[in-house]
Amino acid sequence: MRLEPKPSPSLAITLLFPLAAIGTTLVLTSILVLAAGASPLSVFYLVAKGAAGSQFAFLETLTRATPLIFTGLAIAVAFRAKLWNIGAEAQLYIGGVVTVALGTGALPLPSVVLVPVIMVAVMAAGALLLLGPAMLKTRFGVDEVVTTLLLNFIVLLFVSMLLEGMLKDPMGLGWPQSQKVIAEAQLPRLIQGKRLHYGFVIALASAVLIWVVMKKTVLGYEMRAVGLNPEGARFVGILVDRTLMKTALLSGGLAALAGFSEVSGLKGNLTLDLSPGYGYTGIVVAMLAMLNPLGVIAAAIFVAGIFVGADAMSRAAKVSSYIADVMVATSLLTMVVAILLTRFRIRWR
Amino acid sequence: MSSKPALRLSRISKRFGPLRANDAISFDLEQSEVIALLGENGAGKTTLMNILFGHYVADEGTVEAFGKPLPPGDPRAAIDAGIGMVHQHFTLADNMTVLENIALGTQSLWRPRLDRTAARRRIEQLSADFGLSVDPAATISSLSVGERQRVEILKALYREARILILDEPTAVLTPVETEALFRTLKLLVAKGLSIIFISHKLHEVMAVSDRVLVLRSGQLVGERETRSTDRKELAALMVGREVKPTTVSPLRLGGPLLALEQVSATPYNGAGLDEVSLTLTAGEITGLAGVAGNGQTVLAALIAGILRPTSGSISIAGQEVVDWSPRAALAHGVARIPEDRHAIGSIGDMSVTENVIAERYRSPRFSRMGFLNWKAAGRFAEKLIADYDVKCPSPEARIRLLSGGNMQKLILGRALDADPAVILASQPTRGLDVGAVAYVHHMLLSARDRGAAILLISEDLEEVLALSDRIFVMFKGRLSTPSARGERSIRELGELMAGHNGERDDHAA
Repeated sequence: MRLEPKPSPSLAITLLFPLAAIGTTLVLTSILVLAAGASPLSVFYLVAKGAAGSQFAFLETLTRATPLIFTGLAIAVAFRAKLWNIGAEAQLYIGGVVTVALGTGALPLPSVVLVPVIMVAVMAAGALLLLGPAMLKTRFGVDEVVTTLLLNFIVLLFVSMLLEGMLKDPMGLGWPQSQKVIAEAQLPRLIQGKRLHYGFVIALASAVLIWVVMKKTVLGYEMRAVGLNPEGARFVGILVDRTLMKTALLSGGLAALAGFSEVSGLKGNLTLDLSPGYGYTGIVVAMLAMLNPLGVIAAAIFVAGIFVGADAMSRAAKVSSYIADVMVATSLLTMVVAILLTRFRIRWR
Repeated sequence: MSSKPALRLSRISKRFGPLRANDAISFDLEQSEVIALLGENGAGKTTLMNILFGHYVADEGTVEAFGKPLPPGDPRAAIDAGIGMVHQHFTLADNMTVLENIALGTQSLWRPRLDRTAARRRIEQLSADFGLSVDPAATISSLSVGERQRVEILKALYREARILILDEPTAVLTPVETEALFRTLKLLVAKGLSIIFISHKLHEVMAVSDRVLVLRSGQLVGERETRSTDRKELAALMVGREVKPTTVSPLRLGGPLLALEQVSATPYNGAGLDEVSLTLTAGEITGLAGVAGNGQTVLAALIAGILRPTSGSISIAGQEVVDWSPRAALAHGVARIPEDRHAIGSIGDMSVTENVIAERYRSPRFSRMGFLNWKAAGRFAEKLIADYDVKCPSPEARIRLLSGGNMQKLILGRALDADPAVILASQPTRGLDVGAVAYVHHMLLSARDRGAAILLISEDLEEVLALSDRIFVMFKGRLSTPSARGERSIRELGELMAGHNGERDDHAA
């Protein structure tokens, strides 16, 4: 078996690849559904219905998609420059920490000032968290996959320490949770009485902004050049290390916004279960979107829909909602294969 | 001798997508015969040999060795049938000895130990018989390129090859080593071996072969007895039309533009630079010859700005430049044509437009306030495509999809469009077909005539001789004394390339 490179496919075919990957994923997960003693078609129908079958369901899906858009963007940006940021989870939690550190009354400011101030501080913190691994990579050649991945555990333990100490809510009945952020630091709900909040709007705006950066700006050009061919980029005078630093700052900042959005928009306080792995799921989102910032929106809604829909499905069909994790994980694998097939043709002999 | 040919290829065809790499090629190789397979890059020579050796499977056609059909796609069977191949890029394990490399894979895996004594005796016997002197106990990494090639040939002979295929064997050799190789080939033929010699260098083909087969665009376009043909005819067959020799207008020297003084640099891939002083003068092409790995790559990297000197100074138009980098080089009007257009000269998965602005995207012409002006960039790409006669589907096409010649034209256009004062051309015609080579030569000569200072680094000695007004030879990180156009013969340059006369030159410099 051999891989032969092939010319770039048309846009239409390129768009078909994620769909083909999703189709393959459904076929593969059918096997597990059958093993669980249910009918795949009815299970997938129930998932779809649970994700988008009612206004309530769809708003819930969008709510769940919000942090995934941020982490998906963070990873799409980093992967474009071939900076393998696996640490979005840690950056998300640091974002949460900064949000409660500044948002629980430390800064007595009106909402229009306080929210932007917190956002800037959150982005700075996330950016700095990724700057370390990026510098280790450019200075000493330390693999950032290892450093960013391990930082996830370090940061989670650090947050755990804070929640048992400095940030612990004195009124929290001993639970490891922070105080609630004050009203001025909250992101308002988008629709009265529903859970969807302005974090979703910020996420959409970020996606458009990042799309513009990647397509239209010098920075985006440099990032893509560095990702595609660092030696070639260096030859034409692009400052490769500096570009990687900028990428790290942007990526870390975006991931941290996920933490801010969850705390300020949804949960109100910081707990250790702020994220059920949004940082890792962001990798799937970015890959399904083929690293396109606008595609991230669609991919995030799709992935969020599977999670939300699977919860509803499991109540009705008695198939464990863990099937959602399998589906999302499988879709990453099928997507990686699909991306490979956009660039190579397989010859069996 | 039997009447059966050593090798018979019948109507071999191979397609890669829309490309016909080989189109119904048939020929016989007789025993004790040297066939030269001549053709430009991309003519299909290497594809054909890979089919022969079982790396590729032909879409149609058959191969027979000594009268027996060869099963397709099976290198093992090719070896067993007595076919030995010396690839352009060597396939040796660097950290193992010559003996281990040669014996590797010839003994059953079930035997716990290599029978070194017997293997050594055979290798020494073969070395003596065919003038392939090499120490069986040396590790590959300590050998020169020429020695490594001898190991590859020994490897094939050790496996009792009766047919030897050599793919561009002289590309990495000095003239002296090339002559030694040709002597070895004559000895092999005298012992009844048959040889296929792949090359695009006419003088070598004339020197070594009995018969010449010319390939063009995948087809066998001509077959000549070497005795009854000449270089001119072969060149015309190879290209498909008459080839005009390059004409050079008289030299009009200007002032010094780029000067290196006592520059040293750290080695990579061979030698570094050892206190090199070199001045490039306006209106002159300075040629740099040498065997690969003697510091030319380092010198090119240095002038391109991707390497900084460890000592010494670089000055441009009399001003020393302290903060040397690719940006500094570009800012001082140094145009660069890099040695490797795929790995360094272009970003393959970016479009033609994105590639042609790569050296100047920060200029106000192409960007403002951090935003790129894609319209201006697109216009520039279209202009280069028109001016430099580049064949490409559109400016939006990924540059990876272009042929080597067209990619090089774009890189040339990107470098020369702003009428640079200094031009670094590093292996500018490597891997290009004859038409593209002539074009590159023409562009370099016209840049010279308008007063640019050009440094031409090339492993192709004929190219250096044809274009350069002044020639240096580089050996182990040092420069020889210069010679003017026509002052030193190929033979003398070859000796310098091999490091002879080194002391005398050091004193003279």
